Amino acid sequence: MSKIPLQFRHNGREVAIFVDGGTNLLVALRELIGDMTPKFGCGQGGCGTCSVMIDGELHLSCLTLAETVTGRSVETLDGMKQGPNLHPLQRAFADNFAAQCGYCTPGMLMAAKALLDRNPSPSRDEVIEAISGNICRCTGYEPIINAILAVAGGRVSA
Amino acid sequence: MAVTVKTFASASEAAGALSSDRSARYLGGGTLVMRALNEGDVSISTIVRAQDQALTRIEASGPRVTLGASVTFARILAERDLSFLHAPARSIGGPAVRNMGTVGGNLFAPNPYGDFTVALLALDATVAVQGGFGSRDIGIEEFLQARDRQAGTLVLSISCTRPASVEAFRYRKIARIKPKGGSVITLAAHLPISGGRIAGARIALGSMAPTQIRARAAERALEGRSLDAATIAAAASAATEGTSPSDNALGSAWYRREIVGVHLRRLLSGQE
Ligand SMILES: Cc1cc2nc3c(=O)[nH]c(=O)nc-3n(C[C@H](O)[C@H](O)[C@H](O)COP(=O)(O)OP(=O)(O)OC[C@H]3O[C@@H](n4cnc5c(N)ncnc54)[C@H](O)[C@@H]3O)c2cc1C
Ligand code: FES
Ligand code: FES
Repeated sequence: MSKIPLQFRHNGREVAIFVDGGTNLLVALRELIGDMTPKFGCGQGGCGTCSVMIDGELHLSCLTLAETVTGRSVETLDGMKQGPNLHPLQRAFADNFAAQCGYCTPGMLMAAKALLDRNPSPSRDEVIEAISGNICRCTGYEPIINAILAVAGGRVSA
Repeated sequence: MAVTVKTFASASEAAGALSSDRSARYLGGGTLVMRALNEGDVSISTIVRAQDQALTRIEASGPRVTLGASVTFARILAERDLSFLHAPARSIGGPAVRNMGTVGGNLFAPNPYGDFTVALLALDATVAVQGGFGSRDIGIEEFLQARDRQAGTLVLSISCTRPASVEAFRYRKIARIKPKGGSVITLAAHLPISGGRIAGARIALGSMAPTQIRARAAERALEGRSLDAATIAAAASAATEGTSPSDNALGSAWYRREIVGVHLRRLLSGQE
């Protein structure tokens, strides 16, 4: 079966790859582009660790047919750091012990960024809602919620 | 296994491709189709997509509301004129699933999914479909009854009449995990009031049968009456009539039968 050419913006950079029909965006990012920041947890939409932003909207890359991002902009955790500096959310996750094994962290950070881009000062309930599609099996949710609220409250400077 | 992806500019071309290939599956938001592909579902050999603007259209300014099949739950939530549909839209998935999942796909989502469709069934929605034969409108109830045989038809849009008031339309999803979780049961009620009495009650239930169903006995108990305690009690005790729930990881059939009347009573009496 012939490969399908695909072009899109990956963290601000134009990329062009060839995919097999039916390939999901997570596989395309990890195996064809080499961006290992979105993780594979379930391939079922259930865990959220593969979360990326497509044209600024939070999507699950494992459930996104790669071809559907043609001409669109895909942002992953890899694009979050600002030069040598961590993004304020990343700093807050470190400062608040919001990552233990870290497997959920890429998705948590993308979900948090999607929230703060839209709503810079969310309530606690809005934070909980924003990460409700993301499962963490070891840190527990409280430090994650607190880290996001710390950025929202401006206690962690950019 | 690689599949063939066919992308069409118009809905009618996509409908043609779907109707001529039994192993073709239409891709809406993909939240269920991609799951199946990731699992290695070999029954899908072709994916059909349509990039037709008509499928993403929302018409919500008048009394009749039309949602293109590709409208996502996030878009419904962003639309102030669709506030009566916000509770069902918000009850689905987490934010990413709401950004991806579509109204059209929800019509086909098996238990424990299909929550939005429960709301649409209570609202007596009309489904516009296109097959090899051209397009036509089907009542949602008829659509759901024949859902397994709908493979090969493309849903274009879904329309319904806006409820007359906020109290006239109610929705409740019972899940074990909040704010996100699969449905134990889902309930929706449309209760138009005429001269102080209910006229044209429709109660819809999710996860109480293989597809979303109407609770007709409960509807009969409400019809022509005022929504008082006695009427509500009568409707609640009739809630299980005609249902055939199953066991799944979220709840047993027995449990569903036990609680459906309780939650219908709470829904009708406006309790949280
Ligand atoms: C983590 C997770 C949580 C979820 N939570 C919920 C929930 O709480 N409630 C809920 O109801 N659902 C839930 N879902 C299921 C699903 O996301 C929704 O039901 C959604 O509405 C499906 O729409 P879709 O566009 O993604 O469907 P797709 O995956 O694109 O399609 C699903 C099916 O419908 C068919 N189809 C889609 N559009 C059309 C069309 N226009 N014409 C003809 N056939 C079509 C497809 O061929 C396929 O068979 C969840 C899914 C995941 C992964
Ligand atoms: S890997 Fe995508 S949601 Fe789990
Ligand atoms: S830090 Fe381990 S799963 Fe969240």
